[in-house]
This record gives sequence, C-alpha cells and structure tokens, in this order.
Amino acid sequence: MHIVVCIKQVPDSAQIRVHPVTNTIMRQGVPTIINPYDLFALEAALALRDQHGGEVTVLTMGPPSAADSLRKALTFGADRAVLLTDRFFAGADTLATSYALATAIRQIGETFGAPDVVFTGKQTIDGDTAQVGPGIAKRLNLLQLTYVAKISGIDLTGRTITAERRSEGGVQILQTRLPCLVTMLEGTNEIRRGGMADALRAARAEIVTWSAKDAGVEDISKCGLRGSPTIVKRVFAPSARAEKAVLVDFSERAPADALIADLFKRQPKLEDELSTLARGY
Amino acid sequence: MSEPTKAPAASGGSRASTKKELPEHFKSYKHVWVFIEQERGQVHPVSWELMGAGRKLADKLKVELAAVVIGPEGEATQHAATEAFCYGADLAYVVADPLLTDYRNEAYTKALTDVVNTYQPEILLLGATTLGRDLAGSVATTLLTGLTADCTELDVDADGSLAATRPTFGGSLLCTIYTLNFRPQMATVRPRVMPMPDRVEKIAGRIITHPLGMIEDDIVTKVLSFLPDRDSNKSNLAYADVVVAGGLGLGSPENFQLVRQLASVIGAEFGCSRPLVQKGWVSSDRQIGQTGKTIRPKLYIAAGISGAIQHRVGVEGADLIVAINTDKNAPIFDFAHMGIVTDAIRLLPALTEAFRARLSPHSRDRIAS
Repeated sequence: MHIVVCIKQVPDSAQIRVHPVTNTIMRQGVPTIINPYDLFALEAALALRDQHGGEVTVLTMGPPSAADSLRKALTFGADRAVLLTDRFFAGADTLATSYALATAIRQIGETFGAPDVVFTGKQTIDGDTAQVGPGIAKRLNLLQLTYVAKISGIDLTGRTITAERRSEGGVQILQTRLPCLVTMLEGTNEIRRGGMADALRAARAEIVTWSAKDAGVEDISKCGLRGSPTIVKRVFAPSARAEKAVLVDFSERAPADALIADLFKRQPKLEDELSTLARGY
Repeated sequence: MSEPTKAPAASGGSRASTKKELPEHFKSYKHVWVFIEQERGQVHPVSWELMGAGRKLADKLKVELAAVVIGPEGEATQHAATEAFCYGADLAYVVADPLLTDYRNEAYTKALTDVVNTYQPEILLLGATTLGRDLAGSVATTLLTGLTADCTELDVDADGSLAATRPTFGGSLLCTIYTLNFRPQMATVRPRVMPMPDRVEKIAGRIITHPLGMIEDDIVTKVLSFLPDRDSNKSNLAYADVVVAGGLGLGSPENFQLVRQLASVIGAEFGCSRPLVQKGWVSSDRQIGQTGKTIRPKLYIAAGISGAIQHRVGVEGADLIVAINTDKNAPIFDFAHMGIVTDAIRLLPALTEAFRARLSPHSRDRIAS
C-alpha cells in the first residue's frame, strides 16, 4: 500500500521569544522541529506499512530548510520525501495550504502511485487550527476520519478501513472506504527510533523537491497569500490587566494561613464554597 | 489562518486583498448563525455560549441571530431548536433526518453547506469541539471561505466585518483575523471561552426546516458502534468551580503530587500547563490553555506556571487567579489577581495543611472559642 504523511516543520514553541518592543517573533536561534502531533501520524503510517507492505511518502510544504524535517522523517523509516517549496506558497492560510498540499498529493499519486491513506497530525503546535487535514480531504474528495485513536483494521482487497475516532462523549467505531484521510490523535503511539540503516539511507536520500509548477499547480492565485480568504490585520501582545497582581509575602512572618485569610477577605463567599466542596470529597 | 512572520504593518500594503471589496454575489449574505451541536440527544453547552456571543454580534450589526440545528428526527432535535430561542435566537433552521442520528462528516457537511448556500448568512459560528472542528474544516473548504479557529474574542468593526482574535505562534501573541471578501465569515470558539448567557424562558419563534436530501447509500462511512466514556474517567476541569494547576516550576513529575494533594483538600479539579503534557508528566485531558481546556472557575491557583499567552487565554475567565512563581517578572503576574513570589514546592504543602485546618468542620468552632 502507499501512504502519504503530511508533516510540518515548526519552531519549537517552548523556545519562542517575543521582542518586547516590536512585538515580533524573534526567530533567530529558535530550533525547528517536526510538529509533534505529526509524529503520531507518521508512526501510525509506518506501522501500517510494516503490517501490509508498501511505502510511506512524507510530504511537507515550506522553505528549503524544511528539508531537514523530511530527512528526520526518513531516519524514522519513511521511504520517500517530497518538499513543496515556492515563493508562491508564502503566507498561505489553511484554505490555500490545503489547496497546495492536495495538488501535490495528486501529483505524488501520478508519479509514485495513488495513496490508499493520507495521514496528517491532529493539528500543528504553531497554528493550532486542525483545519488543514479536513481541507485536504475535501479538496481530494477523500473520506475523512479525524481524531483517530486507533486503526483497527484495513482490508486492502475490500478497500475498507475501520478506526476508533474520539468524539466528545466517547469513541465512535467507524468504517469507511479507501482511499481516505486520517488525522491521528496525540498519545496514541510512540515514534520509533530508526535503525542505523535508516539513518544512512536518510543521509544519502534525495529529497524530491517540487515548485508549484512541478507539483501541478494550475492556478497560482489559489496559493499563498493571494489564495487566502483570511487576512491577519493585527498581531499584538496582550495588555497587562490595569492592575497587576497584588504581591503577597510568604515567609515565617506571613505563613500559609495568613495567605488564606487574605484570600477569603478578597472573595468573601469563597470560604463557604470551599467548605462545601471539600466535604464532597 | 495566515501565519505572518512579522507584524502586518510591515508586510501589508501591497496586498490587494486587504481592502474590502466584497463581490456582488456576497452582498445578499446577512445575519449571524450559530451551529447548535448535539450528540446523542444532548446539546453541547458551547452552543449556548456561542449564542451569547452571536447575540452581541447580531445586535451590533442590527441583523437577526439564527440557530442551525442538525440532528435526527424527533424530540431531542425539536427541543434543541426551541431551547435556542431561550438563549436568544430570532429564528432556527432545522435539518432533521434519521441519517443524522450519529455524527458523520459527509451528511453533516452536506446539511450545513446546503443551508448556508440557501439562506446565506454573513457570519457562521461553531464550537471548537472534535465535532465542530471536523465539520467546520469541511464546510469552509467546500464553500471556499475563510475559517478562523479557536477565537478568544469576536467583534464587528466599523464596516461590519467580523474581527476574530485568537492566539498565534503557539500562543506567544494574539492576532486579529478578517475574512473581508468571502462569505460566510466562519469562526470556531472553544468551550468555556465565552460566558454562558442567561436562559430566558421564551416561546419558540420561526422555525425553517430544510431537507437533507440524502439516502443511506449516499453515505459511505458507517458507525459500527459507539463506546460512551464512563463518567468516572472524565475530568470535569472545564466546568469546575475551583482549579489547582502546576507547571514546569514544579521541577519534577513527583512534585506534581503537591498539586493533586491541595486540589483534593479544597475539592478542586487539578490541571497543568502544556509543557507538562508534552513531557508526559500529566495526561492531556488535564491540560489547561489554548490547546487544552478553557476554565472559568471561582478560584484558580497556578503553581510554577509562567503564564504564556497560550495558558492565559485558557484561564482569564476565572474570578480569582492566585499565582505562585519564583520569578517576580513572570507574565502570569500580569493577569493574576494575587501573586506570591516563592517556590511552589515550599508553599503548596503549607497551603494544603492550612486549608485542611481552616476548612475542617470543627475549625470554625475552634477559632470561635
């Protein structure tokens, strides 16, 4: 079977700093990583390949430096990497991103064989929208299974897939037709450490690099900023509250029970409420 | 949502699309809609929270607020529609069909897309739940319109455009996003971000029904079964009255026990910041913030949490925020009400003991005597 996994290279958000005066992101020195949510998708894909045979193609859209993340994915065991890079893609919102990725997936299908399953992570840690997966599915007319906790079975002859999907109040067991798009839930598996053979192969591997034209984009106006219906008008740091926190002391002279007394003075009803809650436990 | 690399003042200007030039065929799009999410006969509270937000937008625009109810035929769907009027709806659109009993993307996408294309709203709001996000992404792509996820603030500006504010860059900054030249302007909002409006008893108003127009054979995906969560497994974090949470300042996974102990003494739910989930110290259903749960408790105690925006937007609705952090410049002191500059590892056990003494049934008599 052929599986395509969409990944994104993102700044490690734990290390992002905002310039205090200009309110812009200080990118220098911030390491980039594969979006952590995508690793669950990649591992699910690799496990399916191990079980059923075939190939895993990883795909990303980004600047040329995003090749680093693709190479990393190859060290985990992916078979092929495709980088979609072009200045026309810059500034894309989720609708324009889904157009570019869907177009590239179609091209991957024509070049390397039609995919049976397309995987994405649940969301990215920088955009946090969870919209690109469903967007790709809709554009490729694939059935979509989002928030998948487990793929219970794939029947390649009957062309069906059965999966457990997390929903608000429980778990849906869904069956649908292949090909389909799966967005994988976090914490559902653990990415393998690739072996030495994978590392060597990854180091030498050629990353398939496509421009918009190479990927088969016919309408550049659907890409990047021009293809994005949403417009970011303002980026700003939130203002502090008018009054900052009242700092209270914690020391031998001001022990914890004095703190609590202070707390209850500020919210007179709180003590009764806490007493009631505490009794319930 | 675009992800700018710099403030728009620097990157804007040359973009034709930043000017409002609404195409003629979108000018008939009017009114504010809220998708009413129900699963297994229960309306998700986020739908009523959105009705509160939608009412304000509709009043500002001087248009109507409509509820869109999609579900199986029968009492639950009818009830959801009549309840919507108690939460401020002027009218309700209802698509009721046995095929809509379980949530399935194909059928719900068709139902919502058809109603939008027929009755043409200018704004469409959905809850950012697993159902809402699954549906919103498909509907927005079908309609080729803009969708802004996980908004923390919704407003309309002077020319009547929806201004949707959300955290960006992993929650380091906020941005305001517009869908100027496409309709409807779509946005999702996470549960508990907007306050629950008061329910006012009302007689149902106008209800417009719309057919689904599908047969079971049209829907490829089948629901083989549904395993409901056991209540005991579910944390009630989002709706808790008191919450205690810990962050990286705790130093080690073992120290997270201190958070749980305090929580149990004051009858609170416990939670954590995102890094603790990423490190695997605490399970993800306990995460508080933009990508976790949004909380609106009466009391929130944050121990060793620095207060990045991604966390801030999840807790700002709390009545009283008490922050414990060793760094007096930590951003959390910008939005906490009460701050204690000290090591949470020292303070938490002391607080636990002091609360235990104060809240025990006999303590008041003791103080009185």
